[in-house]
Amino acid sequence: MLELFEARAEAVSAEVLHAPCAAAAVEVVLAVLERERVEDAPGARAVWCEGPICLGLLDPGSLARRVPGLSFDVTRAHAVESRVGVSEFEWALATTGTIAQDASDPRLRLVSTLTETHVALVRASALLPDLECLLARIDPRRVRYLACVTGPSRTADIERVLTIGVHGPRKLVIVLVDDAAEARA
Amino acid sequence: MTAPDLRQRLAHALADGKLAGSLGRFGEAYLAARARAYEGIDFEALRDRLVALKDRAAGRLDALAARFQEEATRAGATVFRTSDPDAVKEYVVRLCRERGVRRVVKSKSMATEELHLNARLEAEGLRVKETDLGEWIVQLAGQRPSHMVMPAIHLSKEQVADVFSREVNERLAPDIPALVAVARRELREEFLAADLGITGANVAVAETGTLVLVTNEGNARLVSTLPPIHVAVVGIEKLVERFSDVEPILRALPRSATGQLLTSYVSMLTGPAPGVDGAPKELHVVLMDNRRSAMAKDPAFAQALRCIRCASCVNVCPVYRLVGGHVFGGVYTGGIGAILAAWFDALGASRDIQSLCIQCGACTQVCPTRIDIPGLVVELRARLAKEQGQPLLQKAAFAMVNDRRVFHRVLRAAARAQKPFAKGGMIRHLPLFLAGLTKDRSLPAIAEEPLRDRFPRLPQRGPFRDRAALYAGCLIDFAYPAIGEAVVRALNAAGVEVVFPQDQTCCGAPARYSGALDVAARNAKDNVVALEGANVRWIVSACPTCTVALRHDAAATLRAQGEEDWARRADALAANVRDHASLVDELVADERLAFAPGAAAAGRVTYHDSCHLKRKLAAHLAPRRLLRATGHELAEMKESDACCGMGGSYSLKFPEISRPILARKLENVRATGARTVAMDCPGCVMQIAGGLDQAGGGIATRHVAELIAERLVPGPRARG
Repeated sequence: MLELFEARAEAVSAEVLHAPCAAAAVEVVLAVLERERVEDAPGARAVWCEGPICLGLLDPGSLARRVPGLSFDVTRAHAVESRVGVSEFEWALATTGTIAQDASDPRLRLVSTLTETHVALVRASALLPDLECLLARIDPRRVRYLACVTGPSRTADIERVLTIGVHGPRKLVIVLVDDAAEARA
Repeated sequence: MTAPDLRQRLAHALADGKLAGSLGRFGEAYLAARARAYEGIDFEALRDRLVALKDRAAGRLDALAARFQEEATRAGATVFRTSDPDAVKEYVVRLCRERGVRRVVKSKSMATEELHLNARLEAEGLRVKETDLGEWIVQLAGQRPSHMVMPAIHLSKEQVADVFSREVNERLAPDIPALVAVARRELREEFLAADLGITGANVAVAETGTLVLVTNEGNARLVSTLPPIHVAVVGIEKLVERFSDVEPILRALPRSATGQLLTSYVSMLTGPAPGVDGAPKELHVVLMDNRRSAMAKDPAFAQALRCIRCASCVNVCPVYRLVGGHVFGGVYTGGIGAILAAWFDALGASRDIQSLCIQCGACTQVCPTRIDIPGLVVELRARLAKEQGQPLLQKAAFAMVNDRRVFHRVLRAAARAQKPFAKGGMIRHLPLFLAGLTKDRSLPAIAEEPLRDRFPRLPQRGPFRDRAALYAGCLIDFAYPAIGEAVVRALNAAGVEVVFPQDQTCCGAPARYSGALDVAARNAKDNVVALEGANVRWIVSACPTCTVALRHDAAATLRAQGEEDWARRADALAANVRDHASLVDELVADERLAFAPGAAAAGRVTYHDSCHLKRKLAAHLAPRRLLRATGHELAEMKESDACCGMGGSYSLKFPEISRPILARKLENVRATGARTVAMDCPGCVMQIAGGLDQAGGGIATRHVAELIAERLVPGPRARG
């Protein structure tokens, strides 16, 4: 199922990276920030919306010193000025290469809509077969804003030519945290 | 006759050298992408689920709207229900005034297009920006969307570059990624400055008060997140009962709309989520009826409420692929557009658009909710005829068809009158006002002696086990008697005697498809009387349109006219009606027919699927089996089941549309390299043979009955 997820996500132009544990995932994200040339300049910064996967692993102060321009204070103003947004997703759907989250907290949407590159961490153990399985386990009265994301923003509105990155991110990087291996270790 | 502005729009669209090419290429790519997306999915089972859940919802729209209101209100949304489109606009205007809104961003919404909401808001001094790329292009160009899913599909990148250049005051190159980047930059400012965001919804769930938004660009996420106020305008046909009803719709919508497994973004909102940076957030849901409830109560049209706006019907429509959406003139395009316009706008609004439907049924094969669009178009025609009367010329024509003796006398007279123009069974040029009929297509000459007169002299040698009645239909009777004779030879070989009831008349299809149900009913009665008396096991026709008329439409027409007794008699006959190919195939399977032993290879043929045979009778395999069995090498053409452009009288009414559809068919025929193109419909023979005759190139057009008759011999069980 993991292979299928990866193949389907890549088929819709998402990039899938692997991390053997949450701590390693943090390093993977930092490497992406470096690759994307994040720096402390308007339009080149990064915002990271903390979540349960990295709980206790992030020391905002020292990370901000390591990566100038990285902020954990997710506001609209910070998101507008950022090139990269980082957030965590609760579910992944194999057959469509989709990641999904309860995005009721608007900070989760700011980092994943306004930035050029969106880095999404998701646990391999959160992988479900498909949307039907996900919707069967969700009560929308509790999950007020369910967000399903399948690849980066795209359009084919001009001459039907597929073009990536209209309003949302141009790049979607999915960091799969192999927590099953973590549990075995 | 056709309204002059429709003619004008048609001429304009057809003169656009690029439009048909780009729409045609899109049509091909779409079919391939759709097929890939549905791999591994049982489409019929999915349709069953969708039809069931949408019909259940349409049956109780009022209760679902009430439940939605209750649940969404509980979740913190404000719900406004109205049947009046103007009330929707006033609600939004009042909200804007009360909240001091100056700038509005919109995500794609057909419901607000239906209301012309933008114009009303702009009249109020508000700045309104569409943010879906296609919608924004169309808005800047001062046009209307030409497609429900891809609003700007009619514009080239050069035209888009022109539109954008004017907007940003710099000369932009027609480079698509660069143009998309301009849209991103310009609209980002609009998102950030907006005070209010407007979206539609693809689904609204009654039991939870949830709205489902489906996009690829991500604009609905921004519209619903950044401004402090979110207004969703939702047609009540989007309501479903349960949250579990959402998944089947999402399984079909992206696959049917764009050939995607899922769109980039699917969002499900239940009440207002917290606002950005701790600001308050308002969610208003406007549930709009605008005659949808009335539609739900109409036994014929209720099914149109199942539409999930995927636009797959227009993507496969041969007419849409040629002329694009603007010719259709309404907010919703294509056949489904004509139907929706008749309800959401006014019956009269559909008069022109519905006339463009060629009745090929291509849409019925792909519609994920099995809406019978051509059937509903016929129903519209019937209601238009009732309300506004039939066009005079049409009325005169049907008055003639209404009386068999008059009709047949006219045909015989025409056979004499055509003599100066006919050569080798074809008419290549007609003079004066008839000249358009023979542009790019020759017409068959009317036979000197119709089949009905030749029939008594046809040699039929028994012994026979069964009797069948040949229902010729006008084209075989008066233009192609040889096809009818071939049918007789094949059936005789199987031990079937063939009779020709002389009182048979027009099958009623021309009248029915034009909405003249009274004439069609009269035809049906005449045929019931003529065929009942024949005392036969089968009624066989080599014309699929006639077969459909006798087998399905006659009884339906009579029922619609309140003639239940006649309808029952038509039903009894219908059970014995067979298309030629299926009956012969059946006789071969029963070993009553075999193929001449040692017959030399019959050569390479390609097969054209006639619309009615394939989509109404599902008999596309039988002719292929027969062709192969009689030693033909079958070379399948591209889009073998695409309409040839004949459509009965359509090719006379819209020759400018019929011609290019035919040209595309001939191109596909030629590409196979076959020297013969086979088919099962005399109407298609007329169209395709006429086109090939004008074009030259020596490809023969043959009815399958003719191709196989010479090669059939009695099987071991032919005589019982």
